Amino acid sequence: MSIPTANSFVRRRRSRLGDIALVVATGAATVLVLAVLAIIVIDVVRGGSQRLSWTFLSMAPSEGMTAGGVFPAIFGTVAMVILMTVAVVPAGVATAVYLHEYADAGSRLTRAIRIAVNNLAGVPSIVFGLFGLGFFVRFVGAGVDRAFFGGEKVFGQPALVWAALTMAVLTVPVVIVATEEALRSVPRELREASLALGATKFQTVLNVVLPQATPGILTGTILAISRGAGEVAPILFTGAAYYLPSLNWHPSSQFLHLGYHVYVLATQSPDVDASKPLLYSTVLVLLAVTFVLNFSAFVVRSRMRHRFTGAGT
Amino acid sequence: MEVPLRSSGQGDSLLSAKRRAHERVTAAARVGASNPARRLGKPAPRWHAVAEVAIRIMALSVIAAVLLIFAFVAKEALPLLFSKSIHQEVTLGKMFTAQAWPGYDSAEHIWQPVSEIPKYGIWPLILGTLKVSIVAMLVAVPLGVGAAVYVSQYASRRTREIVKPMIELLAGVPSVVLGFFALMVMASWFQSLLGLESRLNALVAGVALSFAVVPLIFTISEEALGAVPRSYIEASTALGAARWQTIVRVLVPAASPGIAAAVALGLGRAVGETMIVLMASGNAAITSASFVESVRTLSATIAAELAEVVFGGAHYTVLFFLGTVLFVTTFVINFLGDYAIGRMKKRLGVAA
Repeated sequence: MSIPTANSFVRRRRSRLGDIALVVATGAATVLVLAVLAIIVIDVVRGGSQRLSWTFLSMAPSEGMTAGGVFPAIFGTVAMVILMTVAVVPAGVATAVYLHEYADAGSRLTRAIRIAVNNLAGVPSIVFGLFGLGFFVRFVGAGVDRAFFGGEKVFGQPALVWAALTMAVLTVPVVIVATEEALRSVPRELREASLALGATKFQTVLNVVLPQATPGILTGTILAISRGAGEVAPILFTGAAYYLPSLNWHPSSQFLHLGYHVYVLATQSPDVDASKPLLYSTVLVLLAVTFVLNFSAFVVRSRMRHRFTGAGT
Repeated sequence: MEVPLRSSGQGDSLLSAKRRAHERVTAAARVGASNPARRLGKPAPRWHAVAEVAIRIMALSVIAAVLLIFAFVAKEALPLLFSKSIHQEVTLGKMFTAQAWPGYDSAEHIWQPVSEIPKYGIWPLILGTLKVSIVAMLVAVPLGVGAAVYVSQYASRRTREIVKPMIELLAGVPSVVLGFFALMVMASWFQSLLGLESRLNALVAGVALSFAVVPLIFTISEEALGAVPRSYIEASTALGAARWQTIVRVLVPAASPGIAAAVALGLGRAVGETMIVLMASGNAAITSASFVESVRTLSATIAAELAEVVFGGAHYTVLFFLGTVLFVTTFVINFLGDYAIGRMKKRLGVAA
């Protein structure tokens, strides 16, 4: 429209330079973040894959943790995670259902619950460890002993069940957030149709809303399991053992944990160089487990997101 | 009960007809829910009522959990204030002030709980936590926010669908794995690259810590940038601003409360993170300004020392006090972060 002046050329060039600079800077940040992930994965896979074998997965550590495998740690992690899931899923789902289906969104109580959920997610994991020791082990556990075991120390010490419950408190926000997201994606019309047919609110939640929200609950559960398998600080004082001679299912026994086993091998091993290959393979197992879990959570969630597109809301 | 089936919506536009139908459905539903006599079908089993109460109790127990965490951690720390026998070894005042320890020339802050004369100076630990967190934030904020700007503004849909799950995957890496990587690999790289004296130090731990913080900052910032209404961008573009000018002068300022929240929540994570610093920081409680010397953080101190203390003793009590400090600090930081998010949502008119 107007004749380009020198000034406008300068301005346009500057703006193009600015765009290039911003793309390069922010793109570099993105690449760097992805590179970190790639470098960690490559290093762990390269260092850990040689020793990884069926024997490694199925045998106990031996010779001062310089030989053998990680089976007891896998066993203990699975046992702890099962107990944790049994506790965390009902609690998380119930809270999400309350927040989304029952609570009055603006009320003070609802706001307080939301603040509590957010802050629970932000409490440092080591504080959960202290809490587990102070509350579950020393208060609940000692109480159980006094009531049922005549004061004999059975549950009043670090144990599988206390570690699982501590981990459940830590992971409950994950389940709540994922479930609530799923509840939000269930179209309003489904609830209204159910209510119009005469179902009570609870019948609607139980028979209509929750079945539709299953993928979200599943996502939350998987993510919680992934956290539980890798988080170490909360179980340091509530049940994880340095080494155990035998496998034990009993909730009052201690257990080996994959994440804690990595920590032990990396820092407390009597011979760090000799246990290094074992350490790498253990990290590879742990990383593979968390990646598989996180990836499947991602798949479930993206399917859920696509399901209701077009169905309103 | 009066049911206003016809009383609402006398207008004859399509919209109000629709609304009327909708209100009829909800009104009927309300009748069904509250008046058993008019409900169709089988009556609800009794356990439903019990389950509804249980749901309410579960929701309340989340509040209870936060209160219990504080109560039980603080309870174990309480003797530090009131117990005479513990005061013979340590008091709150002694923890925060420099003490003239035998064998030292001047009064100093020293953390040395396991020695002939236990010393509980807390400042070296606070300093260590700060140093590691500062390094982590200096790395994580530019990376996290930068990646968020790129992904939300420049990346193609396809790129976005690859990058976002990858960063979620990074968020899923257990902190003990990051600690392992820092300890076994990064520490050696840094040492040979920078010629450092101590292999494990605040710099290594801080950089490793930033890997745990970046996904958090990225996710929240990206969400905040995405929440800025399109009209802001269109208005800026219409005024002749270049893309980068729109991003730097309009988009980022509009999303700034969200980005501030991302930084706050990231800082909360950095301050409280345990396994990475426990493994990579060297764990020496040194008071110095240098970032390449070993440090000991509050969280790592608890993790490293609690297993070996006497229940109820002075050391035990002090470690729970450190836990209380961590809890309160992160609580305040997170609360401010959530407040910022809430304000941003209100300002941009996004439903919470």
